[in-house]
Amino acid sequence: MTGMAGRDLSLYRRRRATDRAMTAVMAGAALVAVVPLFLILFFLLREGLPALNLDLIREAPNRPGRPGGGVHNAIVGSGIMVGLALAIGVPIAVGCGVFLSEYGQNRLGMVIRFLVEVLAGIPSITVGLFIYGLIVLPQKEFTAFAGAVALAIILLPIVARITEEMVLLVPRSLREASLALGAPHWVMVVKVVLPTAVPGIITGIVLAMSRIAGEAAPLLFTALGNQFDSTNLFHAMDALPLRIFVYAVGPYDYWHQQAWAMSLILVGIILTVSLVVRALFGTRVTIRQ
Amino acid sequence: MAITLARSARTRALRNRLRPGDWVFNVLVTAAAIVVILTIAGLFYELIQRAWPAITKFGFGFIWNTTWDPPKQVFGAGAFVVGTLVTAAVALVAATAIGVLVALFLVEVAPPPVSRPVSYFVELLAAIPSVVYGLWGVFVLGPFIRDSLGPVMVDYLGWIPFFDGTPLITGLFSAMVILSIMILPTVMAVSRDVIGAVPRSQREGVLALGATRWEMIRMSVLPYARSGILGAAILGLARAVGETLAVTLVIGNRVAIPHTIFDPAYTMASVIANQFTEVENDMHRAALMEVALLLLGITFLINVAARLLVWRVTKGQRAVVFE
Repeated sequence: MTGMAGRDLSLYRRRRATDRAMTAVMAGAALVAVVPLFLILFFLLREGLPALNLDLIREAPNRPGRPGGGVHNAIVGSGIMVGLALAIGVPIAVGCGVFLSEYGQNRLGMVIRFLVEVLAGIPSITVGLFIYGLIVLPQKEFTAFAGAVALAIILLPIVARITEEMVLLVPRSLREASLALGAPHWVMVVKVVLPTAVPGIITGIVLAMSRIAGEAAPLLFTALGNQFDSTNLFHAMDALPLRIFVYAVGPYDYWHQQAWAMSLILVGIILTVSLVVRALFGTRVTIRQ
Repeated sequence: MAITLARSARTRALRNRLRPGDWVFNVLVTAAAIVVILTIAGLFYELIQRAWPAITKFGFGFIWNTTWDPPKQVFGAGAFVVGTLVTAAVALVAATAIGVLVALFLVEVAPPPVSRPVSYFVELLAAIPSVVYGLWGVFVLGPFIRDSLGPVMVDYLGWIPFFDGTPLITGLFSAMVILSIMILPTVMAVSRDVIGAVPRSQREGVLALGATRWEMIRMSVLPYARSGILGAAILGLARAVGETLAVTLVIGNRVAIPHTIFDPAYTMASVIANQFTEVENDMHRAALMEVALLLLGITFLINVAARLLVWRVTKGQRAVVFE
C-alpha cells in the first residue's frame, strides 16, 4: 500500500514539475517575443535621433555623396500618394464593406468576402507589377498616380473588412426605427447606419493609412522614386519607405544616418497612430504591415 | 378613413419616388464589391500576359531550372524558389513554435495585467514597416550574426549539415531571423484567437479529472485548436513567402542554390525587387513577371487554404485581424 502511495506521489511530483517547467517555457517564449520590438525601437532611437534635424524635413536631397540635405521630396511624396490612395480606395472599400453587410448574405457575398480576405494576403510586390503592366507601361512613364493606385489596392481589403464589421455592429433597433419611419433602405444606410459606424470606419482608414505609408514594394515599379522635389502626379515621385530602401543599400554614411532618421519618423507616426487609436477604441483593432 | 387613405397614398408616392434610390444604391455598392473580383482577376491576367513569352519559351522547367542568365536570355527560377521555400519554412517553424507558446501563455497562464501589454507589444511588431526591418537587419542584426552569433554557431553546431560556412552580414540566416520576427505577430494573434475560442467546457472536463494546467493544454486545448493553429501557421507562411524589402536587404542577393545557412541567396520577391528596374532585355522582364506570377499563385493557394481552416474553426466569427 505504501509503495503505491509513494509511486502516486512521485508521479504527481513529476506531473507538477512538468507543469511548472512548461509554464516557465511559455513565459520565456513571451519574453523572447517582446524583445525584438524593444531592440528595434532602441536602435531606431539611438541611430535616428542624432540625425534628426529641421533640414531633413525642409530640404531636398543633395547631390549623392555631398552630406547634408534632407528628404523633403520623400515626405511630400508620401503625403501626396497616401492621400490620393485614400481618395481612390476609401469610397470603393466602404462601398464594398456596405455591400457585404447589407447585401452579402448570398453566394456573391460569400465569394467577395472570401476574395477580400485573399486580396489582403497577396504580396504587395505583385500588386506593384500589376499596376506597372496596367498603367506604367501604356503611359510609358513611372507616375505618382500609378503608385497611388497600387497603394489603394493594398488599402482596399483592410478598409472593406473593417467597414463590414463596424456596420454589422450598428444596433438593429436603430435600423428598425429608421425603417419604421418609412425610410427606404438606402436612406437608412446612408443617414443612420453609416453615421453610427463612422468612428469605427475612420479607425480602419487611419490604420490602413499607416499601413500603406510604410509600403515600399508596390511603389518600386510604379512611383519609382525621385531625388528631386516633385508634386506632379504624372511624374515619378518619392516616398519615405522608398528613400529608406535606397539609402540603406547606398554607400554613404550620411545616407545610412538619414535612413535611420526617416525610419524613426515613419515608425514614430505609425506607433503614435496605433496608440491613439487603441486609446480611443480599445483593443479590437491593430495595424499589420 | 380618408386621412389614412391619403397618408398611405402619400407614402406610396414617396416610396415610388425613392425606390430608384434603393436600386441605384444597390448597384453602386455591388459595383464597389465587384472591383475586388476585377482586381484579383486583373492581377492574374496582367501577370500571365506579361510573362507569356517566358512561359512559352521555358515551360514548366522554369520552376526548377537554376540557370538565371540575363545576357544569354536563359531563365529558370529554381534558385529563387529554393531560397523562398527555405527561408519561409524555417521562419514558419520558429514563429509557430514561439507564437503558439506565447498565445498559450496569454490565454491560459497570464492574468490580464500581464497578457494585455504582452499581446500589444507583440502585435506592434506587425506595425513596423518591412523596410525598417531591413534597415535594422543590415546594420544591427547582420553585424551581430557576422561577429558574434555566427562564429559561435559554426563552432558548436558546425557538425550539423548546413550549419558550417562563413557568417556574413547578409545571407540566408539573417533572412530567416528577420522573417521569423516579422510573421510572429500574425501567428501569435491568430493562435491566440483560436485558442481563446476553445469552449470552457473542454478545459473544465479535463481539469475535473485532476489534470494539471499543462495537461489540460496538451489534452484538450491544443487538440481542439489544432486546425486553427495550422491555419495561423499557414497565414504566417503566406506573409513570409511574399515579404519583399526586408528580405531583399538582408539575404545577400546571389543567384545560386545555397549550401549552408550563411550563404547569400535570393528569394522570388527579392529578385523582382532588385532586378526589375534594370532589366537587360524583354525576356528578362518576362521572366521576372513569371517569377511574380509564381509567387502570386503560391501565396494565393496558401491564403485560400489558411482562410478555409481559420473559418472552419472560428465558424465565421472573425476577429478583427489585418494582414
